[in-house]
Amino acid sequence: MADEAVCIGPAATKDSYLNIDHIMLAVTKTGSQAVHPGYGFLSENAVFVEKLEAAGISFIGPSVEAINGMGDKLESKRLAQAAGVNTIPGFDGIVNDADHCVQIAREISYPVMIKASAGGGGKGMRIARNDDDARDGFRLASQEAASSFGDDRILVEKFIDKPRHIEIQVLGDKHGNAVYLNERECSIQRRNQKVIEEAPSVFLNEGTRKAMGEQAVSLCKRLGYYSAGTVEFLVDSEQKFYFLEMNTRLQVEHPVTEYITGVDLVHQMIRIAKGHPLLLTQKDIPIKGWAIESRVYSEDPYKNFGLPSIGRLYKYIEPLHVPNVRCDSGIDEGSEISIYYDPMICKLVCYGNTRNDAINTSLEALDSYVIRGVTHNIPLLRDILTETNFIEGNISTNYLSEVYPDGFKGRQLNSTDKQHILAIAACVFSKMDMRSYTFLNERPSTAKRKEPAEWTLVISLFDEELQCDVKKVGNKFHVHMKTDTLSVEDHINLSSPLIQTNINGKPIVMQLVSKDASGKLQIVYQGTTFTIFVLSDKASKFLKMMPEKPTVDVSKVVLSPMPGMVKSVSCEVGDTMAEGQEVCIIEAMKMQNSLVAGASGKVKAVHVKAGDTVGEDDVLIEFE
Amino acid sequence: MRSKMALYCLRGAVRSNYIRRNYGVCGVQLFNLYSTAAHTLRVNQQIKEKRKRALLGGGESRIDAQHKKGKLTARERIHLLCDPGSFVEYDMLVEHTCSDFGMEKQKYPGDSVITGHGLINGRIAYMFSQDFTVFGGSLSSIHAKKICKVMDQAMLVGAPVIGLNDSGGARIQEGVESLAGYADIFLRNVLSSGVIPQISLIMGPCAGGAVYSPAMTDFTFMVEDTSYLFITGPDVVKSVTNENVTQEELGGAKTHTTTSGVAHKAFHNDVDALLQLRNFLGFLPLSNKDPAPIRICDDPWDRDVPTLDTIIPQETTEAYDMLEVVVNVVDERDFFEIMPNYAKNIIIGFGRMNGRTVGIVGNQPKCAAGCLDINSSVKGARFVRFCDAFNIPIITFVDVPGFLPGTGQEHNGIIRHGAKLLYAFAEATVPKITVITRKGYGGAYDVMSSKHLRGDVNYAWPTAEVAVMGAKGATSILFKGKPDVSKYEAEYVEKFGNPFPAAVRGVYFKIGIELLFITTVSS
Repeated sequence: MADEAVCIGPAATKDSYLNIDHIMLAVTKTGSQAVHPGYGFLSENAVFVEKLEAAGISFIGPSVEAINGMGDKLESKRLAQAAGVNTIPGFDGIVNDADHCVQIAREISYPVMIKASAGGGGKGMRIARNDDDARDGFRLASQEAASSFGDDRILVEKFIDKPRHIEIQVLGDKHGNAVYLNERECSIQRRNQKVIEEAPSVFLNEGTRKAMGEQAVSLCKRLGYYSAGTVEFLVDSEQKFYFLEMNTRLQVEHPVTEYITGVDLVHQMIRIAKGHPLLLTQKDIPIKGWAIESRVYSEDPYKNFGLPSIGRLYKYIEPLHVPNVRCDSGIDEGSEISIYYDPMICKLVCYGNTRNDAINTSLEALDSYVIRGVTHNIPLLRDILTETNFIEGNISTNYLSEVYPDGFKGRQLNSTDKQHILAIAACVFSKMDMRSYTFLNERPSTAKRKEPAEWTLVISLFDEELQCDVKKVGNKFHVHMKTDTLSVEDHINLSSPLIQTNINGKPIVMQLVSKDASGKLQIVYQGTTFTIFVLSDKASKFLKMMPEKPTVDVSKVVLSPMPGMVKSVSCEVGDTMAEGQEVCIIEAMKMQNSLVAGASGKVKAVHVKAGDTVGEDDVLIEFE
Repeated sequence: MRSKMALYCLRGAVRSNYIRRNYGVCGVQLFNLYSTAAHTLRVNQQIKEKRKRALLGGGESRIDAQHKKGKLTARERIHLLCDPGSFVEYDMLVEHTCSDFGMEKQKYPGDSVITGHGLINGRIAYMFSQDFTVFGGSLSSIHAKKICKVMDQAMLVGAPVIGLNDSGGARIQEGVESLAGYADIFLRNVLSSGVIPQISLIMGPCAGGAVYSPAMTDFTFMVEDTSYLFITGPDVVKSVTNENVTQEELGGAKTHTTTSGVAHKAFHNDVDALLQLRNFLGFLPLSNKDPAPIRICDDPWDRDVPTLDTIIPQETTEAYDMLEVVVNVVDERDFFEIMPNYAKNIIIGFGRMNGRTVGIVGNQPKCAAGCLDINSSVKGARFVRFCDAFNIPIITFVDVPGFLPGTGQEHNGIIRHGAKLLYAFAEATVPKITVITRKGYGGAYDVMSSKHLRGDVNYAWPTAEVAVMGAKGATSILFKGKPDVSKYEAEYVEKFGNPFPAAVRGVYFKIGIELLFITTVSS
């Protein structure tokens, strides 16, 4: 994508993307006049900006003062208050230790939010609802803060239940002008990281929008803020809003704002950095249509709404054939998703005249988005976009835990959906069977060797089993199940990742992930991958006689839920651990995950030590 | 008895009516005809009954016992292996000839094996399936004769032989006759070798001398938990060497697919094994006179594979998974790996390119840096020879740092075992394509289907480096005793750490990955 690339060091971010000297070297080597820092890494690092400025190179972003002022949560809150921005009640200082944390939390009253002073992007944040939570939260948040930001200062504030996360995009120039570019609704989050964002918000009325926008602009003006920035607010159910923080950089989700306002934010940032005045005034900024961004992550949505997954994308096709779709991604087919970086694959941004249009475009795009080689969160994204509360706009930052109280379980199928999947599976199997008879260079034989055209199959999905008769008639498969016969057009190409055909004349899109000789098929329908077993009726009959294979008793072992690095091990061989007690911590993609004992017992073996790299499902600790 | 006779008469009458109507037979002759007709009918009935007994093998209770062990019966296995209605059985009514130990009173039509031919995905194959429900599947002389008959027939026709083994061993009551039977089969295994594909699927015990038949076939597959291969069972082991060992440890599927290398692959259960076997046969030609099969292909031969650009790490010391290269190159990522869990530093198996079967050999940098050692050389050599015998083109992916050094290897004969792989590649006259993905060091470079061993087309990827040895080793010899050896090391890397030295000498066809297809090569 870039015209020129410079190696800035090894994969570990602290040696490359966070290493200011290496970046400065790349800047000098290429003779760059300005640097756009992107979203993460050094984008809000004042030291970096100072170094650039000292070298006479423009930083495409705000001033050092603005970064310093807003980068520190305590400082930013004071500044916001001074600018007349509504703020959340909380403790105005640095927390010394866990006991202090508990004491403050009691003063503010639970629930409280414990967060890294230098933090951002959800890292180093913990919610505490009681004293124990507060103690644990303090420890974990300060550790994460130290490893992510090199600054373990922690603060505590009132936690607002069921809030919406709505943020205002602002642009300011070096001449004292500032405008707001309306809001982005970013309430759908998991572990304080955004999953789906949209603009505008279904919730805000014109008055609130204006009030929020004006407060944001007032903060900018007070700071003398220039470049693009985002003022984040928590909004409660009565449209009362509280200043959360200000991000002094371009945000990941900026494309939704670009779509509805028609303003190219990066273009504006470059102009501002050059010293040009803003040409936009507040009245030039419209809300036109609706845009939704779905963050496609390489992660397993069935585990805690998303635990990182790594691997190589051996097949990757973005749905750019769908109109009004924008894919912002930094990867291609063949790219590797590693443990070193944020596991985001792509920002899928879809636009429409109305919210419904934008949702439908998103669905179409997600259905034909081909990603192979890693586990990804499309199943969850796809499901949220059709979920009633989401469609009604009834969302909050607790959305996921409220809508999926037992965790995400995949798309729930109705009987028609099920029939469609089974019919496609039956056709894929039949097609494979037919192909296995078609050899092009066999010697002529007297034996009859006509490929079959009729199959009696037994298909199982989950634990259900269904008999199914398939007949190939012309260019169609007639699939008979129970009382219904479905006619499936034979547009199935066994090499293509997409299955686009018609069932009873109606178009459907599915994806064929894998197939094997034992009858196991993996088919993606509406985002979720379903594993289906298709066998001839005789193979199925015989399979029932086969004994079940014993499975590993997972209650006696602790498995790594994802690939990562062992941060610490908190038990030794012979220790007696209670159910739910922490046994070790795995760190991946800068998130710490505390693993707990599944049942009470004595530790039999510890297979890892701090610093080890582990893969998904590796056995870490065994119990007797 | 009387009622039975009555039934015959009735049927006879119906039949004679039929004869009279069709052949105009007059009434006078009716009586004679009636008596011969009754005889014919009786014989027919006997045949029916014998067949019925043959179909039941060792009887209901033994069939139940077989099922309880998680195994299908010999007939069920054949039923699943063959296309519907295509199995033609041979010698269904033969019986054993032993008259000692009261054996003459225990006879089962067909004895302890089912033989015949059938179609597998429309292609003919000969097969035998040992029936554990009859005398524990033990091998009598007639059992051996039945097997020999299908093997002979398969040689005549030029079609694969598939053995489904489930036998307790020799028929002890028959003594030397049983042993002779084994030898007859062994001889045919040897004579058929390289002429028709021979495949053994071990689906129960296979012990003693019996193991040598599967060992001499081209591929030996096993079923997890229910199949065993050993020369002597745990009891004999205990009495001779005082070792305590279970059947599973001694000769189970896991042992033979990971430790001994006797078996080529293990499957979960009988059904899985038979379905996979059907699939596997699709890769093989029927005989050495047939070309490697070409199946209809949906995967475009000129498909772009950007993934190949990123698999080889930038660090030359970093490991990667050669299997990723393989599955991305073959049609539809469909790769039937042989011996996936044994000598993992070499990958072998079958795939298709543009529909045609190809044999793939590749060093696996992920395991033991992809070096060649005794096990991997033997594993590779046997596979290459199979491909050569059966007209299957060979594609070799090379990333080999050399032969594994050490006393363990030298004392066990890495020289003569390594020579097997060298010999196999040099000897092979099927189309040979070689892709050097990274390292080609030392003698191992020569071995791995190099241009110099009649490689047809040899490619080098931009990451290729062909040299006598790695930079460190080379410079420590070349510049022994000199200060600042690391300076020379850099010079060496500059000189040899790229595909150019070999390219300027005309070793490769082309540098670059875009040429990874095979349709330009004709056999």
